[in-house]
Amino acid sequence: MSELLLPPEHRYAKIIQERHNEDGSELSILNLGPTHPATHGIFQNILLMDGEKILEAEPTIGYIHRAFEKIAENRPFYQITPLTDRMNYCSSPINNMGWWMTLEKLLGVEVPKRAQYLRVIVMELARITDHLICNSILGVDTGAYTGFLYVFQFREKVYEIYEEICGARLTTNMGRIGGFERDWSPKAFELLNTFLIDFPIAWKEFENLFERNRIFIDRTVNVGAITAEKAMAYGFTGPNLRAAGVDYDVRVAQPYSSYEDFDFIVPVGKSGDTYDRFCVRNAEVWESISIIKQALAKMPEGNEFHADVPEYYLPPKEDVYHNMESLIYHFKIVMGEIPVPVAEIYHPVEGGNGELGFYLVTDGSRTPYRLHFRRPCFIYYQAYPEMIKGALLSDAIVILSSLNVIAGELDA
Amino acid sequence: MALETIEIQEKLVATFGSAVFQFDQEKDIFSFEVDADKITAVILFLKNDPTLRFHFLTDLCGIHYPDNEEERQFAVVYHLHNWYENKRIKIKSFINGAKPEIKTISNIFLSSNWMERETWDFFGINFIGHPQLKRILNMDEMISHPMRKEFPMEDSGRTDKDDRFFGRTTINS
Amino acid sequence: MSNSNIEMVAPPEGVSGEGFFATKLNDVVGLARANSLWPLPFATSCCGIEFMATMASHYDLARFGSERVSFSPRQADMLMVMGTISKKMAPILRQVYEQMSEPRWVIAVGACACSGGIFDTYSVLQGIDKVIPVDVYVPGCPPRPEQIVDGVMKLQEIVKSESVRRRSSPEYQELLASYNIK
Repeated sequence: MSELLLPPEHRYAKIIQERHNEDGSELSILNLGPTHPATHGIFQNILLMDGEKILEAEPTIGYIHRAFEKIAENRPFYQITPLTDRMNYCSSPINNMGWWMTLEKLLGVEVPKRAQYLRVIVMELARITDHLICNSILGVDTGAYTGFLYVFQFREKVYEIYEEICGARLTTNMGRIGGFERDWSPKAFELLNTFLIDFPIAWKEFENLFERNRIFIDRTVNVGAITAEKAMAYGFTGPNLRAAGVDYDVRVAQPYSSYEDFDFIVPVGKSGDTYDRFCVRNAEVWESISIIKQALAKMPEGNEFHADVPEYYLPPKEDVYHNMESLIYHFKIVMGEIPVPVAEIYHPVEGGNGELGFYLVTDGSRTPYRLHFRRPCFIYYQAYPEMIKGALLSDAIVILSSLNVIAGELDA
Repeated sequence: MALETIEIQEKLVATFGSAVFQFDQEKDIFSFEVDADKITAVILFLKNDPTLRFHFLTDLCGIHYPDNEEERQFAVVYHLHNWYENKRIKIKSFINGAKPEIKTISNIFLSSNWMERETWDFFGINFIGHPQLKRILNMDEMISHPMRKEFPMEDSGRTDKDDRFFGRTTINS
Repeated sequence: MSNSNIEMVAPPEGVSGEGFFATKLNDVVGLARANSLWPLPFATSCCGIEFMATMASHYDLARFGSERVSFSPRQADMLMVMGTISKKMAPILRQVYEQMSEPRWVIAVGACACSGGIFDTYSVLQGIDKVIPVDVYVPGCPPRPEQIVDGVMKLQEIVKSESVRRRSSPEYQELLASYNIK
């Protein structure tokens, strides 16, 4: 037990000894985490506190370091999607699609328009679920459990759509090079349409519960504010940066998967505090709903769901049994004998938390030579000690949950 | 007027001469190499030059090339991004395999602090001048650096999976 | 409530007559314990999100007497380990287990907690049974909420039939000693 306590030579111990408050009180140390119930994930922060006020924080991460990058160097390209699922598990389809698009960029595969639109739909669904978790948990941390229980049933509805598309709920492992593994069933579209009718009503109610709520506003306005300059210096991207007033969005800056076809606004905040982060996420959910509706309306006719690239796309099992050519392709793909160009690729997508980048180095073999994930959480979490400096302990929890730090993405 | 790659190249060559080389357009990213001892100067120049304005560090990571000659066994890769012109560049800097070290850029970009710690943790690349260069993801007690190519992926002490039943060997390839 | 399909817990076997009911202490204690298991969620990663779904309105684990999630290990009965446990995390998990008071049960939820799952790497503990004894394993990556509920129900069966003397038996002491837990 004692090895987890603070060693006496720690610099906080020295600060406590030297500091003398006028009223005779002493500074104290609080160990927050790694299994603290209020931290939604496993991060440790050693806080130096003056009463209820936080003077300094020292974060430790890596408690679920799973060595994604090392595994990726030992797995063929197809087996890397399950790894991307488990990075930001609140919005796994975005990670999946980002990975496939990286490979498509590498191999020069052109994805048909319909498959691109389907991808946009599923990515926006994932963004909705991601923001839904973040905002409702922020409600739980400020004392409103009801909102969480209420909107969480709509997360179940999205899971049902995922199940209809790929068979899995959370870790989806969705898609293939060039598109999807199978066409979406009519049932999937049916569920999607029902979701688009029911969800906005519930989300409106959820919004009403919080947006002008006295308690919520008191707990969040001017809590954990960060200026735009500081946020950019710390490498913020995504909703957390936009809350500070910078309208950087990868979907607009570098459109992928036909995002340029859709009309949507990039909501920005002003002060970069917890309330603005809540509002930006909230507004993004509305934009996502609008994008899905546009994609459904503009969906090209037909049933094309993958690109015609037999050398990368697994043929249907039936063909493998009866068709020589398909058998050869099947064998080559499964055994990893498809030649891959030697290249270095960087592909960013707008993940739930910001710019999710895949930096892929290949050497022509069946596995990546090096694959580095630019994980937005990992980069912006380093600003956390500065953001909670001077805040109260209860604010620290609220700030953490408004940043939406996902442990799997943080620790890779 | 968009920022042309040729302009970046000309400016860099005019300022740093032969320390920047190997200019190349790789798919959608303009990339080049920089001598390791000039890296901080080049990045500072790219950030502060009024026309280049690469003000955002997207990514920083290391790569291990054990088959290269000793002078080029490790590489540190920097991705910079200019949001005004929406232009990305990639900078690669090769360093010595026996004594991998390079100057830190954590005083230029605050965000590189943890990324450099991660690179130290994974590859053992020493970032000279880093304020707190210690392990970040792995345990402090660990001696080796796991992302080096010679480091096995699987734990050597594991007992739960008998290789005879899985068709594996003790060496990962 | 009249139209809802509620199944009451059946009383244990025993002899009943006018004004009395005689049964074994074991059964009564087992029944009481099994139907008010306080879970301690030790959620680290993806399975934790599925646990949230299990606790939330749709699946509602509260139906099985686990309404109160105990975040203090001191007052918890069942430790639910959900997600990957890395070697850095292992001593903390062990410490949490040591803090729990007897009787205590452990459910390993998900492939990672059971066996390390897809992460057979240098940094991941290959199954939590390397550091603490486990009662129920729930497979899946991540398991569906139904599976988690099923795991809890399996544990209820174990709890129901457990002898009140088990925790002081030499076999149990030996088990703990094999994990070096005092």
